Amino acid sequence: MTETRLRSRKSPYPLWFFLPAAAVYGVLFVVPTVSSLWFSLTRWDLSSAEFIGLENFRQFFSEPFLVKGLVNTLIYALTTSGLKTICGLLLAVLLTGNIFARGFLRTLVFFPVLVSTIGIGITFTVMMHPTKGIINAMLETLAIPGPGWLTNPALALFSVALVDLWKGVGLATLIFIAGLAAISPDYYEAARIDGATRFQQFWRITLPLVRPATITVITLSLIGGLRSFDLIWAMTRGGPGFSSDVIASVIYKQYQAGFYGLSTAGNVILFALIAIIILPLTVWLNRREVEQ
Amino acid sequence: MANRIKVILAGASALVALVAAGPSEAETTLSFLIDNSPDTVAAAEALVAAYEKIAPDVTIEIEQRPGGGEGDNIVKTRLATSEMSDVFLYNSGSLMQALKPGQTLADLSDLSSQAKVDESFKAVVRADGKLYGVPFGTAMAGGILYNRKIYQDLGLPVPKRWAEFMANNEKVKAAGKVAVAQTYRDTWTSQLFVLADYYNLHQSAPNFATDYTANKAKYATTPAAMKGFERLKEVHDAGLVNEDFGAASYDDGLRMVATGEAAHYPMLTFAVGALKQNYPENLEGVGFFAQPGDDPAKNGLTVWMPPALYVPLASQNADEARKFVDFAGSVEGCEIMVETNTAQGPSLVDGCALPADVPPAVKDMLPYFEAKATTPALEFVSPIKGPALEQITVEVGSGIRQPAEAAALYDDDVRKQAKQLGLPNW
Repeated sequence: MTETRLRSRKSPYPLWFFLPAAAVYGVLFVVPTVSSLWFSLTRWDLSSAEFIGLENFRQFFSEPFLVKGLVNTLIYALTTSGLKTICGLLLAVLLTGNIFARGFLRTLVFFPVLVSTIGIGITFTVMMHPTKGIINAMLETLAIPGPGWLTNPALALFSVALVDLWKGVGLATLIFIAGLAAISPDYYEAARIDGATRFQQFWRITLPLVRPATITVITLSLIGGLRSFDLIWAMTRGGPGFSSDVIASVIYKQYQAGFYGLSTAGNVILFALIAIIILPLTVWLNRREVEQ
Repeated sequence: MANRIKVILAGASALVALVAAGPSEAETTLSFLIDNSPDTVAAAEALVAAYEKIAPDVTIEIEQRPGGGEGDNIVKTRLATSEMSDVFLYNSGSLMQALKPGQTLADLSDLSSQAKVDESFKAVVRADGKLYGVPFGTAMAGGILYNRKIYQDLGLPVPKRWAEFMANNEKVKAAGKVAVAQTYRDTWTSQLFVLADYYNLHQSAPNFATDYTANKAKYATTPAAMKGFERLKEVHDAGLVNEDFGAASYDDGLRMVATGEAAHYPMLTFAVGALKQNYPENLEGVGFFAQPGDDPAKNGLTVWMPPALYVPLASQNADEARKFVDFAGSVEGCEIMVETNTAQGPSLVDGCALPADVPPAVKDMLPYFEAKATTPALEFVSPIKGPALEQITVEVGSGIRQPAEAAALYDDDVRKQAKQLGLPNW
């Protein structure tokens, strides 16, 4: 009874207060989304669109490199997300500890986040040059033959993933530092009195209590990894050949070739893929949290 | 109330008069869209300056756009939304056909300058029997740039057979130099061994282009068409390429062949413009020959047509735009462009002579034209060119994929393009 009355009580704001926000949201999000669903079903050359049903999707899935792009996307997303979570947590623990020049080190770790991705891509492309790059030159002084970081098809995707880690770990660290700061020092004090080792403290206290931050980092970095494009494009353009192509770069290539309908269909697929992976994952991660 | 209406009406009619009077009298401003390569900008500026002298009431504003796929998108988007400039520069051949010229471009068949334009160029700007463009610049060719000093020092002959070419390569390698420069950082440069082989393909299979467009011939099932892929692999497998081929750029390739680090660089002769800009002191040291085939008696050159100037149907200043384009296509316009830039090949306007001091790489092309041993590249005789060719040739040239498999993969890529164009039989 009371509940129903509460719910039916009028909001103090009239409905048309929402209209400006709804209009902006509609124009910038709803209209493009709906129209891209439509265009993905057409052969579209910008001046005219001919309805061809699901042909674009059929074509996209029969694309010899879509499967490769799909697998690469998953490998890339899992690698970068996993590494960012682990390295981010370790760095955060290190940087919240009582160490020398803590503020400076925090700045140093966070700095790459602020630099333009394309700039980082170009810089690392130069540094990873097989004969003239500084990385292989340094390896050479240690008498280690440096690989073709970006020109070896087996390595290219992982080289880009490592650069992505370098660029993105600062943000993960920041989120973890915030999470760690929220843990009450009382727990550690009690654990120390009980004689717990540093490792036991980390495993039994830090890790479980930093869980909300972990979920945030995993979700954010996984979404970022799945739709990653700029760094891959700047460093390898999906190459050599197709070996580091991800879905986003396949889509971009279709667009460049003038297959607008096909590339829109690719975007719809990417949208669906991210939704399929991220929605259940967040539900699952959050449920575990509630259970605990 | 009635007064107010009168005022509004008077105002409106004054406005209409103003709008109507504006463009018809005196000053006309034309917009002119070009790509942003320094060669193009220089030629366009010279052309505009010359035209503004003979037509003082016309002002032409040059707009620049990027080249490559990004530029294609800009041109297509602006045409589709009727936002195109009064005159624009764009590729001829299959890319022009993709603009749907019948619906978007003005018919330029009756321009007086068309009388002197070479038929080979008209063929690549024609649709439904109408001409839509005039040439901007000279023809160019795909083949092999070579370092003349290395050839002199090692006493090498200019090869007419593939086997001779490979023998030359071995000698260059033995002399401790890079035999063939490959530059896969800029993936488009990897296609040349395949694309420039089209003359040889055309000699063995004269109907290939027609059959290929009609979905009757395939790269994978035509042995002569496979040759390009096989040659690319052969060069890689023999260890003739530069060590950093996967990371080297187009400019690295030009530097290598110009300074004598490498003996050969398969490339289009438009590179002569870049060579002149970046390595002017080495320009004399770079020569050029057509890609050798199996039969020395049938050695010839695959030719690329220059881009063209077009007028969109939606132009508000169509008459003035046509006059400017007519000037650009005339002998006078052609001479201005040839003088501004180094010619990249023979001119396509009758009576527009090349300057006497063209660089050797361009001089080397002329005998093929005199002997009529030339054919337009496949992309000018067929509307289909698969977009993934450059990635596929990178794979073959890096030893990642075998030629047969690569050719089959390319056939798949071509199928997609043909379907998107809505060609029959696909």
